[in-house]
Amino acid sequence: MKPVTHLQSRTAVLADENIDTDRIIPARFLTTTTREGLGKLCFNDWRYQADGSDNPAFPLNQPQAHGCSILVAGRNFGCGSSREHAPWALLDYGIQAVLCSEIADIFRNNALKNGLLAIALDELEHRWLLKNPGIELTINVRDQFIALPDGGRIGFELEPFARHCLLNGVDQLGYLLQHADAINAHEQLLEVAA
Amino acid sequence: MSAMTLFEKVWNAHVVATESIDTPAILYVDLHLVHEVTSPQAFSELRERGLKLRRPDRMLATLDHSTPTLPTNADGTRPYANAEAQAQVSQLETNCAEFGVELHGWDSADRGIVHVIGPELGATQPGMTIVCGDSHTSTHGAFGALAFGIGTTEVGHVMATQCLLQRKPKPLAIHVDGTLPNGVGAKDLILHIIGQIGVDGGTGHVIEYRGAAIEALSMEERMTVCNMSIEAGARAGLIAPDDITFAWLKGRPRVPQGSAWDAAVAKWRALRSDDGARYDREVRIDASMVKPTVTYGTHPGMAIAMDAPVPAASNAQERRALDYMQSQPGKPMQGTPVDVVFVGSCTNSRLSDLREAARVLHGRQVAAGVRMLVVPGSEAVRRDAESEGLHHVFTAAGAEWRVPGCSMCIAMNGDLAQPGQLVVSTSNRNFEGRQGKGARTVLASPATAAASAVAGRITDPRDYLNQRDSTEQAA
Repeated sequence: MKPVTHLQSRTAVLADENIDTDRIIPARFLTTTTREGLGKLCFNDWRYQADGSDNPAFPLNQPQAHGCSILVAGRNFGCGSSREHAPWALLDYGIQAVLCSEIADIFRNNALKNGLLAIALDELEHRWLLKNPGIELTINVRDQFIALPDGGRIGFELEPFARHCLLNGVDQLGYLLQHADAINAHEQLLEVAA
Repeated sequence: MSAMTLFEKVWNAHVVATESIDTPAILYVDLHLVHEVTSPQAFSELRERGLKLRRPDRMLATLDHSTPTLPTNADGTRPYANAEAQAQVSQLETNCAEFGVELHGWDSADRGIVHVIGPELGATQPGMTIVCGDSHTSTHGAFGALAFGIGTTEVGHVMATQCLLQRKPKPLAIHVDGTLPNGVGAKDLILHIIGQIGVDGGTGHVIEYRGAAIEALSMEERMTVCNMSIEAGARAGLIAPDDITFAWLKGRPRVPQGSAWDAAVAKWRALRSDDGARYDREVRIDASMVKPTVTYGTHPGMAIAMDAPVPAASNAQERRALDYMQSQPGKPMQGTPVDVVFVGSCTNSRLSDLREAARVLHGRQVAAGVRMLVVPGSEAVRRDAESEGLHHVFTAAGAEWRVPGCSMCIAMNGDLAQPGQLVVSTSNRNFEGRQGKGARTVLASPATAAASAVAGRITDPRDYLNQRDSTEQAA
């Protein structure tokens, strides 16, 4: 994973609560055996009309959302399945951060492992961001704040290990492999117990 | 030592490296279940890095999501939905052969939905940690295992190290007191619970279901309850193992046999929350208040008794959900015309579920214009059901009897509903488009699904079951 230290972008808003992983990428597209090329399928059934043209009612199809890489979404974004295809599709579509008052556990876990900043905010600040689409934000991962255009700041919590991995581009599998001795010891205990 | 919850006992027994402020715990995984959809990228990662599986003996793979549920064609080929689905299945066959993983594939007498075959084979056991790249892994919690879904990156972690990096979730107790009324089952109960606590009511938590109504459930019913823990946002859901659990598991292929079995049971009996164990949160549910329950919106938290009025939308998202479903605020779901009925999925495809549906369908007909699919959860369920003649009940009623698989729960295998069709489904998710683009899903129990198929409208199964009871009494 490449290090992610900060992200600057205007925001786009999908205000619906409980945007589930089937809406992010419908299950019928999960027959892929790679991680690549899922961006064109992101939000497929919401984003396109029956004839394949862009649905003008989909907020991210609005001209002002073009080029935005920070998504402000309604509460409980990413609920549903464990498919990592959801963060893969979002990243390939150009979304690099999701800001929300509450993010579903598995989605958040998957997102952070891919360098997608899934960040939970306090409700008041979340509500304000939902009502003010298109503002320019800078997310500072190291110091855990979001800089607003007027100089204001919104602080956020980030699990310390996830933050460390984002800042340093840490390979978590490599980290786990370094603990082979402890894993061996645990397995030996299992053998004894059995 | 302080009093511990069941969850904490299982967690603590699997900690390889303890959690600190800076680092998550390293948690050992006893059983890693694998299917074709969420594993190919993880196998590729291992291949690219030149890594091997640490413990292929702790892995169990099957084919379920992308597999067709129609029998083979006359020429012996399988009627896959498309070439990609077929390629994905072939990829898992190749990966399992290359890496040495036991695969219950097309030629296996045990193939089936991953969460159905794990318990059937006795691979699922009390006190284990069990993971799979699939959110409904929570099903296995019914046996007192800590079982949860993971993403594909983590699937790779477990393949290479048999471990996961995890922050400890918080325990949430759901006490279900009292007795479920006649004709009301585990599916009604879990839909009712999610309706009460909401789709994010369990976020950050592991649910322990407990109380008299939970202890009274069969293993199949407990699996139905734990299966849908993720629909309340919980990491996992579990139930303390008891004599019902042990009786169900005894003699299954992968459980200890002989004196080792007795020793295992003695150890498993300690897997209960201690008196005075503290939960982060506790919820009480009165089982006697639960009625046949269905969903009316586009997430499993939008669930109500089928005779209760659909609530008015309180925000734009709920309005969108009601519009999508064409649900009418103020009117009950009961009586809504039905196009398709699906009995199956890891929630409700076990023998008892099929018996429940067959009890309603026996001697009756699926209503004209309604399509009904019955898809057993595994080859074992199919064999058992056929030996009881259940398939004759279904086909005589006009339903389609299929080959095991995830089928219309996920609609990526050729089984799907058409835009606008209303599906009464025993599966677990009623998200927009889940059962086909534009399809409208109403989640329900197998009995409700069968009754709705017969009536052609969402129907209380007690209307039929009570008739049956009075006929049987008269006879």
